[in-house]
Amino acid sequence: MAIRRRSFLTGTAALGAGLLGGFPHIWIKDYSLARAAGGEIKVGVLFSLTGTTAIIEESLNKATIMAIEEINAAGGINGMQINAVVEDPASDPATFAEKARKLVVGDKCVSVFGSYTSASRKAVLPVVEKRNNLYFYPTLYEGRECSKNVIYTGAVPNQQQDEFVPWLVEKFGKKFFLIGSNYIYPKEENNYCKKLLEKLGGEVVNEEYVPLGHSEFSSVINKIKSTAPNVIFSTVVGDSVVALHRQYRAAGLDPAKMPMASLTTSENEVAAMGGDAAAGHFTSAPYFMVHKSPENEKFVAAYKKRWGDDKVTHFVSEACYFQMYLFKQAVEKLAQSDITPDGIREAIKGQEYVAPQGKIHLDKENLHTWLWPKIAVAKSDGQFEVLKDSAEWKAPDPYAAYPNQKCTETGLKEA
Amino acid sequence: MEFLFEQFITGLSIGSILLIVALGLSIIYGSMGVINMAHGEFIMLGAYGAWALKAYAGISLFPSLIIIFIATALLGALIERGVIRYLYRRPIDTILATWGIGVMLQQLVRLTAGGELRYVEMPPSLAATVDIFGVDVSAYRVFIIIAGAALFAATWMLVNKTTVGMQLRAVVQDRSIATAFGINASTIYTGTFAYGAGLAGLAGALVAPLKSVSPEMGTGYVVDAFFVVVLGGVQSLFGTVASSVLLGQLSGVLAYWQNDTVAKALVLVGIVILIRFRPQGLFVTRVRT
Repeated sequence: MAIRRRSFLTGTAALGAGLLGGFPHIWIKDYSLARAAGGEIKVGVLFSLTGTTAIIEESLNKATIMAIEEINAAGGINGMQINAVVEDPASDPATFAEKARKLVVGDKCVSVFGSYTSASRKAVLPVVEKRNNLYFYPTLYEGRECSKNVIYTGAVPNQQQDEFVPWLVEKFGKKFFLIGSNYIYPKEENNYCKKLLEKLGGEVVNEEYVPLGHSEFSSVINKIKSTAPNVIFSTVVGDSVVALHRQYRAAGLDPAKMPMASLTTSENEVAAMGGDAAAGHFTSAPYFMVHKSPENEKFVAAYKKRWGDDKVTHFVSEACYFQMYLFKQAVEKLAQSDITPDGIREAIKGQEYVAPQGKIHLDKENLHTWLWPKIAVAKSDGQFEVLKDSAEWKAPDPYAAYPNQKCTETGLKEA
Repeated sequence: MEFLFEQFITGLSIGSILLIVALGLSIIYGSMGVINMAHGEFIMLGAYGAWALKAYAGISLFPSLIIIFIATALLGALIERGVIRYLYRRPIDTILATWGIGVMLQQLVRLTAGGELRYVEMPPSLAATVDIFGVDVSAYRVFIIIAGAALFAATWMLVNKTTVGMQLRAVVQDRSIATAFGINASTIYTGTFAYGAGLAGLAGALVAPLKSVSPEMGTGYVVDAFFVVVLGGVQSLFGTVASSVLLGQLSGVLAYWQNDTVAKALVLVGIVILIRFRPQGLFVTRVRT
C-alpha cells in the first residue's frame, strides 16, 4: 500500500513539474518516458546476428555501429554520447517484437534502428506505435505503409522502378517475365511493374512465384526458354537469388539477349553467387559501392578499415549509415529535455544530409526518403558499373500503385 | 515433341538431384532403421568441403569428390561409434541425438567458415550446354543425371553383389542369427552408416555448383530426402530411384502447369494421400523384424 501511495505521489509531482515545464504532451501519455538522460542518448540497434537473415543483417549492424562510433568520436551530439543497446532478434519476427519492447520499455531508448525483412518490420510496428517510439528502417520495401512511428530510409517501388522499367523496355523490349519469391514484397513490386508496363504498352508473358528458400529453377528456366521474354524481372530474395543466377548460367542463357533485371541483387548477393554468374545482369538501387562521390569514398574506406578489406558496402548498409546521421542532425536541434521520440520526429522532418549516394532528404509528409535511383550492370569482378544516374532526387510515394490513397502528415488519406 | 522432351529432361534433372540427396539416407534408414536427422548437415559439409578445397587448396571439383567422400564417411563412422550405436532400437532417442548433432555441425560451420553464402565453381568442362535431340541442356545437369545413375548402380552392386553386402542383408534380415553365423554386426553397422554419410557428403559437393552454400542449406534437402525414401518404401533401393524419378517428373509437370509453389504443395498432398493408403511406400522388401 505504502509503495503505491508513494509512486502515486511521485507521479503527481512529476506530472505537475511536467506541466510547469511546458511539455504536457509527454505526460498525458504516461508511458512515453523514453527520453535522453544523464548526458547520453540511448538508442536500440535491432539486427539479427544469428539465424537465416543474419548473413545480410550482420552488415547492417556493422554500418550502424560504425556511424555511432564516428559520431561519438567526433564529440557526440551536443556533447552527449550515443549509447547503443544492441539486441539480437535471431531472424525471428516474434523475437523482433519482444526485443523491440525491451528496448523501448525496459531500456527507454529514444529510437530503435533495425530490421531487414518486411516480416520483422511488421512485427515491430505495433510495439513502436503503441509506445509511440521511433523505428528507423533502412531496407527497400514494398511501400503501402503510412506510420508516424517509422522513418523509412530505403527505396519504395516508384523510386526503384520509375526509371528502370522504361529504360529496360527501350533497351531490350516489351516482353517481361516476372519472377519473385512467394511473399508480399515481390507481389507489390510486380503489381507496380505491371502498371508501368501497361502505360508503356509492354506485355507480361508470365508471372511466377517460387517458395522462399527455393533452389530448383529447372522448371522456371524451362518456362523462360519457351516464353522467350526480353527481360526477366526478378524480385527473388535470399539464397534463391544465388541458385537462380547459377542455374540460368548453366542453362546457357545469355544476359546480353535476355538479362535479369533485379531490385534485390546487391554487392552482397553478387559476392555470394560469384561474379561470373552475376555479370551482365542489371540492378536498380539508390546506391552502389562504386558510386563516385567524396562521401562514398570516405564511407567505403572507413567501412573497410573498421570491418576488414574483403567487406562490401551495399544499398541497405548505406541507408543504415546515413540514417544515423539524419538522427544526429535532428537531435542536434533539440534541447536535452526535448529529446523524445515525438521531438525527434518533428525535428527530422525535412532534414537533408549528403549521403554516400548523394544529397538525401526526409519527406515531411510520409517520413520516407528522397533518394537517387541508379541503374547498374554487374561485372565479373563482383562490382557494378553504374550506367545511369538519375538527374535529380526522386520523391518517395509509398502508395504509387494505389492512386486513390496518399500518405500524409496526419495519416493515410483515401481519395 | 521437342517440348515434351525438354519437359522430360527437366523432370529428370529434378529427380536426379533428389536421388543423389536421398541415396545416403535410404541406405541408413533402410538397413539400420536409424532416422538420421543430421543427413542434411552431412550434405552441407560436403558442399562446404568442395568450397574449402577449392578456396584454400586450389583443388577442383572432381578430385575433391574423393576427398569429400572419405572425410564425411570417416565423420559418419566416428558419430556411429560415439553416439548412434548406444541408441539402436530407441528411435525417438536417435532422432533427438542426430538432430542435436545436426545443430552442432551447423553452428560449427557458422563459427569457422562464417555465415555468409558461398558458391562452388562449376568445372569449366561442364559449364557449357550440350545438344540432345535438338534441346539445349546444361552439361552439368547431364553430368548430375549420370552421376546419380552411377551412384545408384555402385550402391546396388555393393549391397547385392559383394560379400559385405551379403553380410549387411543378413544382418538386416535377422541380426542375432547373422551374428551367430559369425558376422560382426557392429562393424557392418559402422560401415553402413559411414557409407551413407559419405554418399550425403558427395551429394552436397555435386549439387553445390547449382545451388548456394550456407550453414542452413541442409534443412531443405533432408525434407526432400525423407519424402523420397518414405514414398519409395524404406528398405528398397529401387523404390528410392523410382520415387525420385516420379517426384522429379511430377514436380516438373506441376510446376509447368502452375508454378513451383503450387507444385510443392500438390506433391506433398499426393505423398500424404499415398501414405494413407499404402503406409509401406510404393515398393516393399519383405524382412523379418
